[in-house]
Amino acid sequence: MWQAVRVTQLDTRPVTAPRDGAAPAIAARELRKTYKEIEAVRGVSFEVATGEIFGFLGPNGAGKSTTISMLCTLVNPSSGQAHVAGYDVVADQARVRQRIGLVFQDTTLDDYLTAAENLRFHAELYGVPREVVAVRLRQVLEMVDLWDRRDGLVQTFSGGMKRRLEIARGLLHSPTVLFLDEPTVGLDPQTRSHIWSYIQELRRREQITIFLTTHYMDEAEYCDRLAIIDNGVLVAIDTPEVLKASIGEDRVELHTEDDQEAISRLLQQFQITAQVSEGAVTFHVPLGEQFVPRLFAELGVPIRSIRVARPTLDDVFMTYTGRTIRDAEVTGSERLRANPWMRARGRR
Amino acid sequence: MAVAAEVPVVRVAGGRTSDDLRALWVVWKRELIRFSRNRMRIATSLAQPVLFLFILGTGLSTVISTADHFNFRTFMFPGVLGMTVLFTSIFSAISIVWDREFGFLREMLVAPVHRWTLVLGKCLGGATVATIQGAIMLALAGLVGVPYNPVMLLVLLLEMMLTAFALTAFGVMLAARISDVQSFQVVTQLFVLPMFFLSGAVFPVTKLPAWLGVLSKLDPLSYAVDPLRKEVFSTLSIPPVIRHTFDPGVSWGAWNLPVGFEVGLVALAAAAMLAVAIQQFSRPS
Repeated sequence: MWQAVRVTQLDTRPVTAPRDGAAPAIAARELRKTYKEIEAVRGVSFEVATGEIFGFLGPNGAGKSTTISMLCTLVNPSSGQAHVAGYDVVADQARVRQRIGLVFQDTTLDDYLTAAENLRFHAELYGVPREVVAVRLRQVLEMVDLWDRRDGLVQTFSGGMKRRLEIARGLLHSPTVLFLDEPTVGLDPQTRSHIWSYIQELRRREQITIFLTTHYMDEAEYCDRLAIIDNGVLVAIDTPEVLKASIGEDRVELHTEDDQEAISRLLQQFQITAQVSEGAVTFHVPLGEQFVPRLFAELGVPIRSIRVARPTLDDVFMTYTGRTIRDAEVTGSERLRANPWMRARGRR
Repeated sequence: MAVAAEVPVVRVAGGRTSDDLRALWVVWKRELIRFSRNRMRIATSLAQPVLFLFILGTGLSTVISTADHFNFRTFMFPGVLGMTVLFTSIFSAISIVWDREFGFLREMLVAPVHRWTLVLGKCLGGATVATIQGAIMLALAGLVGVPYNPVMLLVLLLEMMLTAFALTAFGVMLAARISDVQSFQVVTQLFVLPMFFLSGAVFPVTKLPAWLGVLSKLDPLSYAVDPLRKEVFSTLSIPPVIRHTFDPGVSWGAWNLPVGFEVGLVALAAAAMLAVAIQQFSRPS
């Protein structure tokens, strides 16, 4: 079935952008968006190679959605430039739009239509050649295991099915770049891992570039490269492995009888800066396991439990931003106002 | 030369007329699919005009005494046709607000097509649905003493189409500015009901006090209901006195507006509101 049709051969690829991966699928330079009182994105620059799975990792309100909106031509940048699939997102909106697929954070399906009707609507809007619509429709629906439910009304679908249908729809017109804004938010772990297996299969079969945003650390691990964004600024870009290796230290989490005393003794006796994070005294040291015996011997504050962990993306995030992503969510919640979707709903 | 065949055709998105027409067609079709799936909506939007015609109309006819036993419901019939079209059109336009609330509007707005195709498709879809509802009401003509004259039926249908289009465009224009369903309902109460009452749909507006008379002339729906009524009354054989009372027409000063002029006004208003609606939806964010 999969070999039957490659719609990409029929249209949509610009002659000017070579397919060998020489030109980046996405290139952003000093992209900036300022709403009246909020600087949502403060000059981000990055490139995404063709065929890459590139993730934007950051807490809610960090500027992820605003960045994706600018790349998708939904919001004009206040300054800076971006090219997607070889075209400028401001000057060549229509060309960019035809070459990208979008899966939004909230569902954008018509509940009163069937799955197939939703896809046909999309095919007509995106000018998918009539002769391939039926074949392509079947292809994408089979890929997300919804072919059997094609004539079911979307209002009878579960959250996971809706998200899968949206992914299928985003692929229908054979985009060169697929944007996924928080593709698995609000879904149960099993559905999340299913969706990820679709995404990876997708990359294998369609050779498309995938740009996604997430605030789930485990999800970020799937990306080829990650950009960590906080307060509208990119603080690090690299592969998950390199990012983790760059920390080079293990994370130690302590529960003690007196956390404040423990923190001040750590500083005095070991010259280690620690902080309370998610209820535990947390700090980073090289060779964590060997440090534990010294801690028991010399800390002088009763220790109730201790945990040593190899660096994770959580630590990467913490190293670059000084807090965990969950702590950042709490303090950043008021920044939700900067989310363009929220704004779009609130007004107009 | 063999190379030329391998170069993929580069399409300019939305630039071709056929792309725009496909988008327009599919937006129109969606309105019809949604309408046909929602039996409750079909039933409820017909129930109201039927109630007006047979309950309010019958009730009023007991207190309005006319010579020759003129059926007051005959007077109301064109008004109720206008009412059907009015409420169905505005309801169709509301669906834009729902689409915004449930996200589907975004799916449309990010598509690589011109925005006018979406707005026009929506207006044509709403107009089609409203005309179908109007046609169903038209079938009741015989029950209120209006003969099934083919020419009259055709003219009424065409006039309803134009009115439905104008009203959907009006609703879409409002919907562009409104973000939630509650405020749309407030706007509906504020605009739609007064428009309906002042249009001469349920009572003759010639003998109203001056200030209400002025409002009635400002009401665009007056110019849509009057042609419907003139068409219905053209098929009736009734004494001139009754015709003068119940089919007075709309006058500006001493000038009794001809039907062609009224239809032209409605068409002009439709075009203007469509233009505003398109402009509203084409603004970049």
